Amino acid sequence: MTHTANELHDHQSHSDSIDVFGFWIYIMTDCILFATLFAAFAVLHSNTFGGPTFKELFSLPYVFAETIFLLASSFTYGMSMLALYKGKRNQVINWLAMTVLLGLAFVVMEINEFVHLYTEGHAWHSSAAMSAFYTLVGTHGLHVSIGLIWMVLTIFQLFKYKLSPVMTRRLTYLGLFWAFLDIVWIFVFTIVYLMGAV
Amino acid sequence: MSNHHSEHAMPNYGTGRKTLKSYLTGLFLSLIFTIAAFSIVGIHSLSNTTIMIAISLLAIAQLFAQVIFFLRLNASPGGRWNSMAFVFAIIIVLVLVFGSLWIMVNMNYNMMI
Repeated sequence: MTHTANELHDHQSHSDSIDVFGFWIYIMTDCILFATLFAAFAVLHSNTFGGPTFKELFSLPYVFAETIFLLASSFTYGMSMLALYKGKRNQVINWLAMTVLLGLAFVVMEINEFVHLYTEGHAWHSSAAMSAFYTLVGTHGLHVSIGLIWMVLTIFQLFKYKLSPVMTRRLTYLGLFWAFLDIVWIFVFTIVYLMGAV
Repeated sequence: MSNHHSEHAMPNYGTGRKTLKSYLTGLFLSLIFTIAAFSIVGIHSLSNTTIMIAISLLAIAQLFAQVIFFLRLNASPGGRWNSMAFVFAIIIVLVLVFGSLWIMVNMNYNMMI
């Protein structure tokens, strides 16, 4: 038992990077979950059961605003990671708070869109196309919402604890998750909204 | 001492180093690709097939921009496992999506008779 401090640290960071790899594998399985939903959407998107096509339902500027909010939140999360590397806790918290606000704007816009569609009579049970739409976009929105709750909890942890390798690892998990959600959104807006509007 | 500290707080977990430059590049490229995709559909001056191909290519370009500049995935020895898992996932995703479409299009065709 003659570990030097350095060996212990190396051991710790090695096991951390295995943990992060494990989380990365989870993200990849989540990719496959979204792939099944995308496949279902691609198969069912024209089965509107006599209802209007997606082209008549969506507003592109609205979706563009959602996209910009989510992209900006991905960037501000990156800024909080940079602050973390510099060891500046207040900056980390500020950038995370900004990310929460941008993410919240995205979720609120999406819920507003869903409520709008629902009250106009385009509910998830009105056609196979609408079911596929709500499932795909809703699953993504649910992921973003869970990410937001996770981020708020992380901010509380940052208030309570100092920056440490453990906090760095936790923020790395959340960062992977958040970047992944933005990447999934690229395909949501391209396949659901843009291709729907062509 | 501060140098020592920052080294400890900067594990990369098998990804490239995250820098302000990489984040700004990622943001800039993503914005360009997003604006291009939305304006191609909004202006609607090309044929439908061309638009479909263009926005698909823009989405793939943005995927790579974000994976490279935000996630910092790379083929270095430390990041090889992450990238291998990523490539494997992409293959599964393609099989799932195009396999499903292929089967359903075939079924549609056979049911029409």
